[in-house]
Amino acid sequence: MNTLYWSVRRELWENRSIYLAPLIVGGVVLFGFFIGLAKLPARVQAATSENMHQVIESPYVIGAMMLMATQLVVSIFYCLDALYGERRDRSLLFWKSMPVSDLTTVLAKALIPMLVLPLLTWAITVATQTVMLSLSGAVLAANGLDASLVSSHLSLSGIVWYNAGHLVAFHGLWYSPLYAWLLLVSAWATRVPFLWAVLPPAALIVVERIAFNSRVVALLLQDLFMGGAEPSGGVPGMTMEGMSPPADFLLRPGLWVGLALTAALLAGAIRLRHSREVI
Amino acid sequence: MTYIEARGLRKTYGGNVALHGIDLHIDEGRIVGLIGPNGAGKTTALNAIVGLTSYEGSLRVLGRDPWNERDELVRDVCFITDVAVLPRWIRVSQALDFVAGIHPKFDRMKAEAFLSKTTIRTRARVRELSKGMVTQLHLALVMAIDARVLVLDEPTLGLDILYRKQFYDTLLSDFLERPRTVVVATHQVEEVQHVLTDVLFLDRGRIVFNRTMEDVEARYTEVQVHPDKLAAARALCPIAERQGIGHSVLIFEGRERQQLAAIGDLRTPSIADLFVAVINDGTAQGARS
Repeated sequence: MNTLYWSVRRELWENRSIYLAPLIVGGVVLFGFFIGLAKLPARVQAATSENMHQVIESPYVIGAMMLMATQLVVSIFYCLDALYGERRDRSLLFWKSMPVSDLTTVLAKALIPMLVLPLLTWAITVATQTVMLSLSGAVLAANGLDASLVSSHLSLSGIVWYNAGHLVAFHGLWYSPLYAWLLLVSAWATRVPFLWAVLPPAALIVVERIAFNSRVVALLLQDLFMGGAEPSGGVPGMTMEGMSPPADFLLRPGLWVGLALTAALLAGAIRLRHSREVI
Repeated sequence: MTYIEARGLRKTYGGNVALHGIDLHIDEGRIVGLIGPNGAGKTTALNAIVGLTSYEGSLRVLGRDPWNERDELVRDVCFITDVAVLPRWIRVSQALDFVAGIHPKFDRMKAEAFLSKTTIRTRARVRELSKGMVTQLHLALVMAIDARVLVLDEPTLGLDILYRKQFYDTLLSDFLERPRTVVVATHQVEEVQHVLTDVLFLDRGRIVFNRTMEDVEARYTEVQVHPDKLAAARALCPIAERQGIGHSVLIFEGRERQQLAAIGDLRTPSIADLFVAVINDGTAQGARS
């Protein structure tokens, strides 16, 4: 347990982008929102009762999606380098001189995209949206409008739970086979891990399409990537409620197949961490 | 107690044989010097001992299989098998925190005491340090671990003479304080000579010489021979001969000291000279056979 804790800390020391990137994006979202605040009273007054909810929520949805996309991008780059970088810079020889098992090391590295980053992104998203919420209340009140208008459409508990649901369900669990695949490639590749991660699935899709004129692999991958955005048809229709996982999320076979795949890929990464030598 | 036991330890890289099935037996409380030319298989042997590389044959270190039990083994075996392997992004303080956090036998005070003798700042990142400072930091971390086996591959590469001397003095005083087993591979033979209890020559993947230092002193004699006694000296079959200033230097194996005293001044050969003698002798025999 102790070694796992220190192994996770060591990842955060090495990869400061894990917390810096979402913090910066959170700042950017706030900055944009701050500029847009000037037009908020006018927009609220112009809104009809039908589109009021969307007018109020849309900056929150965009902000959350920006932060979550950041989480995904940071995770992908993190995973690709996690077990490749230490072999390339030979620091593997130092890490292996320490009493930390390959299992603990790989688990610590897997926990970053599957748990640490979702939690961090959640905290930063909630903080960003809370600031947005109180700012818009203040701006509305200052313009003689009902300050509770925003919070009647989006409550603080909504912010906490919709974000938590989305991050844990989709970014933590649903995407876990993706992270595990990237970690496996990272543990195996001696050059260009990004290409090794992308080309084999792409080749599978092409071969399948040409040979059988079917799209099973493509649809599986699409499901993996789009699973999180499935309920909506893109940003305009997206709501904060829509971000949280559907009620049957835990019953989806795709989730459990994905988790089993994650376990298998991680087991492979652990074996490779054991046997691969420095590049 | 046997600390390191190898039987038929063999390693190949593609078609190249790095180790030709060597046998090794190292007990508790020995300081073994592993000497050999480049490509002799020193690093491969050491990497196998510390669980960094797979191998054929049998190998037990402290009763464990290094390849499959590395993480348990490195609680008691600490090693430096290469220079500049500390991650470049890590801060000195983070390295101390990390090792202190995960290694049950790490003495942080001791590591900090080592570092205080250097000019390394704890806030500095490894990439900001000079090569020599990185080695100093690595040595400080490793020497502060109370391990039963210490494996060092060229530990003082890139260090200045003062620090090298200090390092070997520390190694020896630590060792006297609490006996452990040290295996050190190096080209700086003269520096380790006085701390070794055993010496092992490795050449092209084979152990060609394996003796205790007492044995070496009893068995090998270096004689400075004046030119007019050279013919008589050569008749005693030296294993090596080289030219000194105004005299020749001959190394003899297994000759009575009284017999040799008649032909010149006696000394114990340095490990470096002995190494050259043994390796050349082996090459000559190989050529003859």
